[in-house]
Amino acid sequence: MAATQSNQELDKHFLVGIFDDEDVLLHGVEKVRKKGVTIHEVFTPYPIHGLEHALGYKASWLPKAAFMFGATGTTLALVMQIGMLGISWPMIIGGKPFVAFPDFIPVSFEMTVLFSAFGMVGSFLVSQDLKPYKVPRIFDRRSTDHKHVMAIDLVKNGSKSQADIEAVLKEAGAEEVYPKSFTEEENNPSFFKYVSNLFRNGVGTTSRPLK
Amino acid sequence: MQIISEVREPLVTGGRTHHDVTNDIAGRVEEKPAPLWMAAMAFSLFLLASGGYFLGDMLWNGIGRWGLNKTIQWAWDITNFVWWVGIGHAGTLISAVLLLFRQKWRTAINRAAEAMTIFAVICAAVWPIVHMGRPWLGAYWVLPLPNTFGSLWVNFNSPLLWDVFAISTYFSVSLVFWFIGLVPDFATIRDRAVGKWGRLIYGALSLGWTGGAKSWMHYEAVSLILAGLSTPLVLSVHTIVSFDFATSVIPGWHTTIFPPYFVAGAIFSGFAMVLTLMLVTRKVYKLEHYITLEHIEMMNIIVMVTGSIVGIAYITEFFIAWYSQVPYEQFCFINRMTGDYWWAYWAMMTCNVISPQVFWIKWARTTIWFTFMLSIVVNIGMWFERFVIIVTSLHHDYLPSAWGYFSPTAWDVMCYIFTFGLFFTLFFMFAKYFPVVNMAEVKSVLKSSNDKVYKARVTIKDPHNVI
Repeated sequence: MAATQSNQELDKHFLVGIFDDEDVLLHGVEKVRKKGVTIHEVFTPYPIHGLEHALGYKASWLPKAAFMFGATGTTLALVMQIGMLGISWPMIIGGKPFVAFPDFIPVSFEMTVLFSAFGMVGSFLVSQDLKPYKVPRIFDRRSTDHKHVMAIDLVKNGSKSQADIEAVLKEAGAEEVYPKSFTEEENNPSFFKYVSNLFRNGVGTTSRPLK
Repeated sequence: MQIISEVREPLVTGGRTHHDVTNDIAGRVEEKPAPLWMAAMAFSLFLLASGGYFLGDMLWNGIGRWGLNKTIQWAWDITNFVWWVGIGHAGTLISAVLLLFRQKWRTAINRAAEAMTIFAVICAAVWPIVHMGRPWLGAYWVLPLPNTFGSLWVNFNSPLLWDVFAISTYFSVSLVFWFIGLVPDFATIRDRAVGKWGRLIYGALSLGWTGGAKSWMHYEAVSLILAGLSTPLVLSVHTIVSFDFATSVIPGWHTTIFPPYFVAGAIFSGFAMVLTLMLVTRKVYKLEHYITLEHIEMMNIIVMVTGSIVGIAYITEFFIAWYSQVPYEQFCFINRMTGDYWWAYWAMMTCNVISPQVFWIKWARTTIWFTFMLSIVVNIGMWFERFVIIVTSLHHDYLPSAWGYFSPTAWDVMCYIFTFGLFFTLFFMFAKYFPVVNMAEVKSVLKSSNDKVYKARVTIKDPHNVI
């Protein structure tokens, strides 16, 4: 009984607003935030420019990561080539010096690109927790199709009643508002539960699919 | 003062909505394979198997099965390698360069073009590996690993080693670029999937993507930087492939014009192959609303421009051969035009220089069947270009006593057929089980570029007051 209670405390309760148009959504986000409601996240089927500013997100740090990984690649490439041909086994090839720097440019360039691309994409996947065995928390299946979904965490907005938040969402242009809960078990299933779910339902699809 | 600009042609026609885009593209993945697809797949598997038999036989018995001789040590193998790499270039160009230049018309064709890149580079990679004769050793020797011969390392002064780094980087970065682009679309298919296996496979492939605004923000940054990295990468790859020839001392090969000329040729042949594939995919999958005549015309213009650049490169090579006053160089070029391989040279000139000039006529670049035929002509021409460069430069070298002639054997032909089988098998699998059009990107341009908006703007003659 105690375990069930603690699980219920960990369950997540949201209010979900469905928007049809991206412009309505953009203004809607501004209106909702002005009313002092904290938005958990907005889910859209395609990237909407300006949405990150409306939500108050800081700019992506991934360009900096890409630069750092790229610089690592260049350094490693140069160290490898100078070390191998200049120090480990110096050999005269075509009368060139051991460290024929111009000849090292192509490999250095390719390794810069390789490290930068893989490092940045790896950072992206880790930071956004994207992995093949993830159970995604899907608020509304139409959010990967044609609807925009705004999720409000009711616990984080504890000072406001559900009815108040619903009114704010409607006023902001949501054409549909409904509550949605995720159980702790759904979010963090045990390994065996996860595998059995996987083969019974597929990844993160515990409810009926859309037609 | 108000400036009223000309309105661009709509990119998506038929009044398609966001939901229609999902139904049109994801619907193709969900439905059962069509008999036409099954027949095409069976044919490409037949090519793969029959070519694979000859390839296996060649690997077992050695590359003596090919028509190579003591004078011509590179022939169809490296011709095919350079040709396939070139075909691969259009995908990255459409994805990366056109993304950087904010060309929205790329959205309908980038997915299939990127897939074509991956499969073409796989086909290209077959050739340098098998032409080593003993690839199980060769693949190891080209890696910078300590080996059993003491601390003898790979030669970083050699363009052939640069190629190893260039092609492997190009392949892996293109694969990542392609896959990252597919993740949101896989999530769309996952959320519509009805069958268990569909949910399982697309669920795993979508990596748990939900389309959160924060994820999209980082995703866009990743896409833009990958495009920024891929743009010089695509130029570097064919530049480095051209170094295989340009840094040698063979007349006809050691020309400084090769890097830009090879890049232009790659874009030329790549776009021709994109056209060949997209025109068929468009028809079979009824994608006329997404891949419009506007798209086809744009691609034809690129084919025409790059074909002209290639033509200028041919003429410049001739001029420099004369201007350099090097007799070997001069002989090489006269021999190309009038020697034993005159037929290959004139096939190249006809297909690559003369035929794309037809695209100056609007009818030619907006007529589907004509474009399809010409795209195949360009691909044939570009194969001949690589053949002419490689074989005609080798077959008459400095010593007339060593002069030779190359004739392909059944193994040359069938190993080439094998790569066609491989390419089409992979492409058909992609076209059936993956979304062929980037749904998320098309949806993002729909509001500003569909024909509903276009008609509204044209009607009121003022593009600034609408939307």
